[in-house]
Amino acid sequence: MELDLSTLAKAIAIGVGAIGPGIGIGLIGAKAMEAIGRNPEATNKILVPMLLACAFAEAIAIYALVIAFSIK
Amino acid sequence: MIEAKEINVNTETGGEISYETTLFAEPVFHTNNFTFTNALVTSWLAVLIIIILAVILRKKLKEVPNVLQNVFEIVVEGALDLCDQVTNNRSLSVIVFPIAISVFFFILINNWLGLLPIGGLGLLEKGEHGLAFIPFLRGGTADVNTTIALAIMAVIGANLFGIFSIGIWKIFNKYVNLKALGQIFTKIKKDKTIIIVAPITFFVGLLELVGEFAKIASLSFRLFGNVFAGEVLLASMAAIFAYILPIPFVFLEILVGVIQALIFSMLLVVYFTISATDHDAHDEHEKHEENVVVSV
Repeated sequence: MELDLSTLAKAIAIGVGAIGPGIGIGLIGAKAMEAIGRNPEATNKILVPMLLACAFAEAIAIYALVIAFSIK
Repeated sequence: MIEAKEINVNTETGGEISYETTLFAEPVFHTNNFTFTNALVTSWLAVLIIIILAVILRKKLKEVPNVLQNVFEIVVEGALDLCDQVTNNRSLSVIVFPIAISVFFFILINNWLGLLPIGGLGLLEKGEHGLAFIPFLRGGTADVNTTIALAIMAVIGANLFGIFSIGIWKIFNKYVNLKALGQIFTKIKKDKTIIIVAPITFFVGLLELVGEFAKIASLSFRLFGNVFAGEVLLASMAAIFAYILPIPFVFLEILVGVIQALIFSMLLVVYFTISATDHDAHDEHEKHEENVVVSV
């Protein structure tokens, strides 16, 4: 049986690459919830920086996705 | 050919059409020695839309705003406030703001044009595997050339802005820190440790130079990756269950388009601000404050 290594490589690239950002976005969300719980009036102030931080964390997963796409 | 997604559909003629989102922008038509890619067409369309909007807004500018003017006044005012939060300085943000908001609108309109279902209009062309479908509209930011160009513009622009606001010698010393090396000779009598500290400061300056290239890479790939991944996501969702399943993801992509445009222009403002601040002056200021404390 011949293993198709490129498919495996794609899967590993995105699979491993998604771990870090996943943890990161989880932490961002958890901290934002905590902040809103402490100070519910600050919800509007927290939301935009939270989304920005999420996008920064997400970008790392997307680097991995681009790499996964570009593996032939 | 790099294939992100390939769906083969049997047509009446029996040939196969591959609907694939490629990593690079596909050529739509050629003139003598210039190839027009669909990303290029879309970015020109975006520029055209911005120009038309600007002309209409300018013509109808009134004391009592109409609907369009109202919307844009809200957007620009909010954006200027955000810019103020980053720069902490109205006069600085007034200078940086026009560049940032133009970049913002260019990226935003490009992102949204890529989402339009009119991207479904296109050409059928003979590719490597039979017929290939080439849409006319592909978000300009879904082409890595556009995003790299924007990122290079942002980073070089920031350095030029720094040169104009604090001088070429200070910007040069930020990267190739000759001043720190020179301090070995001037300050050695006062402070012996400078012989160790100065080479380290010089090396940090070189790292700063590498950092500028890292900035270009991260800016361009963040934008490109997000927009391109969005297109692929929509295509694969449409492949799973057409028309219904992609709808929530289209909303997600509209949001991502705004957020990425916001991030790009905010980072641009941040880079301009960093490069316009004089770090040495800050140090001297702190020293001055210390002196004041000591004298008190």
